[in-house]
Amino acid sequence: MTMLRLEDLTVRFGGQAVLDAVDLAVGEGEIVCVLGPSGSGKSTLLRVVAGLQRAEAGRVLLGGRDQDGVPTHRREVGLMFQDHQLFPQRDVAGNVAFGLRMRGAGRAETAARVAELLDLVGLPGAGARPVRELSGGEQQRVALARALAPGPRLLMLDEPLGQLDRSLRERLVVELRTLFRRLGTTVLAVTHDQGEAFALADRVVVMGEGRIAQAGTPLEVWRRPASEFVARFLGFENVVAATVRGAVAETVWGPVPVPSGTAEGACRVLVRPGGVRIAPDGHLACVVAGRTFRGDHVVVRLRPEGGPELDAACALAVAPEVGASVRVGFAAEDVVVLP
Amino acid sequence: MTTPTRRRSAAVRLGLMALPLAFFALFFAYPVAAITGRGLKEDGQWQLGRVGDVLTDPAIGHVLWFTTWQAAASTALTLLVALPGAYVFARLDFPGKGVLRAVVTVPFVLPTVVAGSAFLALLGRGGLLDQLWGVRLDTTVWAILLAHVFFNYAVVVRTVGGLWAQLDPRQEEAARVLGASRLRAWRTVTLPALTPAVASAALMVFLFTFTSFGVVQILGGPRYATLEVEIYQQTAQLLDLPTAAVLTLVQFAAVGVLLAVHARTVRRSEATLRLVDPAHTAHRPRGAAQWALLCGVLGTALLLVVVPLAVLVQRSLDGPGGDALAFYRALGSAESGGGTFTVAPLEAVGNSLEYALAATAVALLVGGLAAAALTRRAGRLARGFDALLMLPLGTSAVTVGFGFLIALDEPPLDLRSSWLLVPLAQALVGVPFVVRTMLPVLRAVDARLREAAAVLGASPLRVWREVDLPLVGRAVAVAAGFAFAVSLGEFGATVFIARPDSPTLPVAVARLLARPGESTYGQAMALSTVLMLVCAAALLVLERVRVRVRTDGGSEW
Amino acid sequence: MNTTLRRAVVATAAVALGLPALAACGGSGDSAAGSGSGDGDKTVRLVSHDSFVASKDVLDEFTKETGYKVQVIKGGDAGAAVNQAILSKSHPQGDVFFGVDNTLLSRALDKDLFTPYEAKGLDRVPARLQLDAGKHRVTPVDFGDICVNYDRAYFADKKLDPPRTFADLVKPEYKDLLVTENAKTSSPGLAFQLGTIAAYGDDTWQDYWKQLKDNGVEVVDGWEQAYNSRFSGSAAGRKAGGDKPLVVSYASSPPAEVMGVTPAPAEAPTGVATGTCFRQIEFTGLLKGAKNTKGGQALIDFLLGKRFQEDMPLQMFVNPAAQDARLPELFTKYGAAIPEPGTMDPQRIAEHRDEWIKKWSSLVLK
Repeated sequence: MTMLRLEDLTVRFGGQAVLDAVDLAVGEGEIVCVLGPSGSGKSTLLRVVAGLQRAEAGRVLLGGRDQDGVPTHRREVGLMFQDHQLFPQRDVAGNVAFGLRMRGAGRAETAARVAELLDLVGLPGAGARPVRELSGGEQQRVALARALAPGPRLLMLDEPLGQLDRSLRERLVVELRTLFRRLGTTVLAVTHDQGEAFALADRVVVMGEGRIAQAGTPLEVWRRPASEFVARFLGFENVVAATVRGAVAETVWGPVPVPSGTAEGACRVLVRPGGVRIAPDGHLACVVAGRTFRGDHVVVRLRPEGGPELDAACALAVAPEVGASVRVGFAAEDVVVLP
Repeated sequence: MTTPTRRRSAAVRLGLMALPLAFFALFFAYPVAAITGRGLKEDGQWQLGRVGDVLTDPAIGHVLWFTTWQAAASTALTLLVALPGAYVFARLDFPGKGVLRAVVTVPFVLPTVVAGSAFLALLGRGGLLDQLWGVRLDTTVWAILLAHVFFNYAVVVRTVGGLWAQLDPRQEEAARVLGASRLRAWRTVTLPALTPAVASAALMVFLFTFTSFGVVQILGGPRYATLEVEIYQQTAQLLDLPTAAVLTLVQFAAVGVLLAVHARTVRRSEATLRLVDPAHTAHRPRGAAQWALLCGVLGTALLLVVVPLAVLVQRSLDGPGGDALAFYRALGSAESGGGTFTVAPLEAVGNSLEYALAATAVALLVGGLAAAALTRRAGRLARGFDALLMLPLGTSAVTVGFGFLIALDEPPLDLRSSWLLVPLAQALVGVPFVVRTMLPVLRAVDARLREAAAVLGASPLRVWREVDLPLVGRAVAVAAGFAFAVSLGEFGATVFIARPDSPTLPVAVARLLARPGESTYGQAMALSTVLMLVCAAALLVLERVRVRVRTDGGSEW
Repeated sequence: MNTTLRRAVVATAAVALGLPALAACGGSGDSAAGSGSGDGDKTVRLVSHDSFVASKDVLDEFTKETGYKVQVIKGGDAGAAVNQAILSKSHPQGDVFFGVDNTLLSRALDKDLFTPYEAKGLDRVPARLQLDAGKHRVTPVDFGDICVNYDRAYFADKKLDPPRTFADLVKPEYKDLLVTENAKTSSPGLAFQLGTIAAYGDDTWQDYWKQLKDNGVEVVDGWEQAYNSRFSGSAAGRKAGGDKPLVVSYASSPPAEVMGVTPAPAEAPTGVATGTCFRQIEFTGLLKGAKNTKGGQALIDFLLGKRFQEDMPLQMFVNPAAQDARLPELFTKYGAAIPEPGTMDPQRIAEHRDEWIKKWSSLVLK
């Protein structure tokens, strides 16, 4: 069943479309992550769903019901703000209990639920602490507990881990996914961090300039970026103009093998760094311009004799030094033809 | 999904504005329009020719010129004297700071009848300046200007100092590190941040001095008259309503221009400021310059504010035969002054407190709702509304009082014999203070905090109660204290309103002063001292609140 | 503070709930001010200026005698109160007005403020006070004289006779000694000016003021400043270092200086220049459109009655209009008899008042 459906949603700020005829559906219990650079309209999307922002056109349906005219406080959604927005004058328990109180829950029921949620987010017994004293990670957990407490139909997260440091972020994203799975929560999150999106989501929606550029499972999107915009946003730099003839695309880098059945004619191709192979029999001569360590491998920046620079991923042991002259070839399975 | 939401938020705003609007329409606009209309309309015909007649009268032109330039000069002088004070109160720590801050605020709420006569003891014949250097300033324009500084010192110290104390000193430090000299860092970083507060304070001082009444009469002597004095004479003494009406319109126009200029200044320099806890920005004076500044400011405050007040107290204690408390004891008995009052003067304290409490309640309700409405959106409509709320400060008390008389004269509006009229008139003056105090704090509350509450299921009303109210608690307390003190000392509107006979403190003081005899004069001084102490106590309680409750945002007062 | 709280709550609720509530609580809120306008038959509303005072037991006696309660409504000084009454003529604030004096009388009569009523006991009032004798629209209640007061100690010290007449005031020995009030803003100031006009006539009063100015008369805005700050003879002026031994004040000021002083001195510290006086007579009248005409008439009778007339001198420092009212000892012992005060026809005052004030201002204030 579809929990959230957006139809043809449009929002303009001063004539500029921030959301441009967006269609999106989130199924019950599904975790959807909207991924896009800043200014792509992600946050506006959440605000429209929450009723904090008006849309010029289109519809928001929650549980099949059109939300036109339903004020924010009656939409029964949860929203975790980027900087948490904990109530500074209340302690931790007061923050978590807020939504329950608004729904008129009894004192005992509220206390029990607050304790349960604090356990759930890993802050047992922290109810009496003032929120000013919490660390960033703790604030994030309290914000999560507060959003979950009233049992929203849809939980929305705005850059949920944005302000945390890297190691904490990587740990928490796994915790979050496990938690949402266990609770069966329907989640719509927005982030600009692809790692976060891919780790958290069942489905990723890439947005650019107010439009949905691509939607699919993390693997699909990662393997088959639908456009140069998506490719570049995912961090792929090796994009070049090409003309396809049979199984080969002609480029400034020389011939690049393309999957069989690719339509003939002009297009652009992406070669993922893993498909750029350094080998003595490669047809393209390059000079190594730089190296970047990525933990278990090295990305080597190559400057060919003609055409734009390109990245190659290689094992630590075989990565060439900066300034070395190498030759490269392309592997067909890592080539993606873009429209 | 567009229009209903928009309509609803507009409806909420209108709903919040409805009561303040109704209040102002009924108790300000309607009475003032009624009295002005009566002046300008004769036999059902608008007599607009009168406008020209009055405006071209050279005597009126002289009054207008004097009113304007003395207000400008008073404002400049007040800023000059009080800005260093604002710095010292904001950034330096010294013992007795809280008490002194309360003391310098006392003149602001003291009735001019009382303060004016005390001020004479400083500047007049045989006054301190006369004894020390043979300088006499009474019946000169200097007396008026200095008295205006005396009355408005606190406006600048509180408005500017309040914000200054919360400016993050690290911003100035950052500029210093980048190579700016101390003065340059102040000019480029701190001054722009302070501009809205300085503009706001200057506007208020200008408004108060532009409409100055008692000070000009008592200290300036008969050669000086402001627009306000002229309106009073034309209305209350000569019953020349057409002239009074034209002058009222002129005053409105002037105040309107002022408010517009103010709004522009503030808007242009409006920026999100980094505000910090004032407790962390103040420090003990360091170096000779800061000590000198501190001493200078304390000396000025002592001479300008404390000495006149001390004279009052000293005279109240100078009973016959060296009996220091004789006048105070006399206040307690209805037989005081051989029966000047049907009630004991001390009962006036009770009356005053009751009126002031009622006026504060009304001002808080009306001003609070207005501030809440103004927080929601700063559109043109809202700005107009903001300005409307300030208008009573620039309107002659006699105009309002006489307006009440002829406008609120039929049931169900016939309030002329109701005690409510006095607190209502006082609340008119209190509301702008409440709005000015609460608005900056409300605007400083992060809008997303409200959104967070809404998403969690809080209705707009609930959001206000759960999010805004706790955060603005201190501002509410400060606003309440100001409204309370202002209504406690309010004299003009109270005397011009026909009302049942239960005199307030200032009215009782004026009544005592209007009779000959040693005992009555001493009692007037004693009662003034009581009024002063009540005001100071109210303000000191505020100081405590200020210290105890920690919230963000700066008050404009 | 229960009433206080209640008032605050009532006021808030009234504003919150709107007008019906306002109107309703107007009558019930205040115990000190009487019972409001609700029970029109049992209450008489007396409209007056800020200086009106009467002993509580005197007003209680009126209630006991007649069954009417008095609610006093005050607004501003004498001038403002009269003007308020004129402005609210169509819906008068009360039943009886007290406090219109001869300088303002014509304005009030021209505006047709009052319903004629011949008060009981009017025969006890001397004819010279009855300025509206034929029509009885207003009834004289009290009178007082505005005269130059002098500081006895100063003149004894200087071995100088204090001045007695207007003519004395321009003599060189009294140079720089007199302080008076602005005729534009102060009622004693205006009365003093009228006194000089009554004495010197239309043609020469301005010449007199020129001489007075040359002789160093000082003008301040209000009586309070003149008497409490500048006059060296008053208790307050002594403390404030007053430097003028002559001041325009009331003939009743010397007794007032003595009041409450123990032991009682042989004579007041100040005296009255009896040849510089102008008489003010205060009147009362039944307002047109009064809701309680019967009660209003009873109140006017009472104001002229012996009880009120004898209470008045020590309350308002004025002389009772009724001849049979006994003056308190304070007045007889320390007060001065003014044999021939200046007077003027109210009609003439009404006609020339603005013009005289203008002339006076340009002559004296410039």
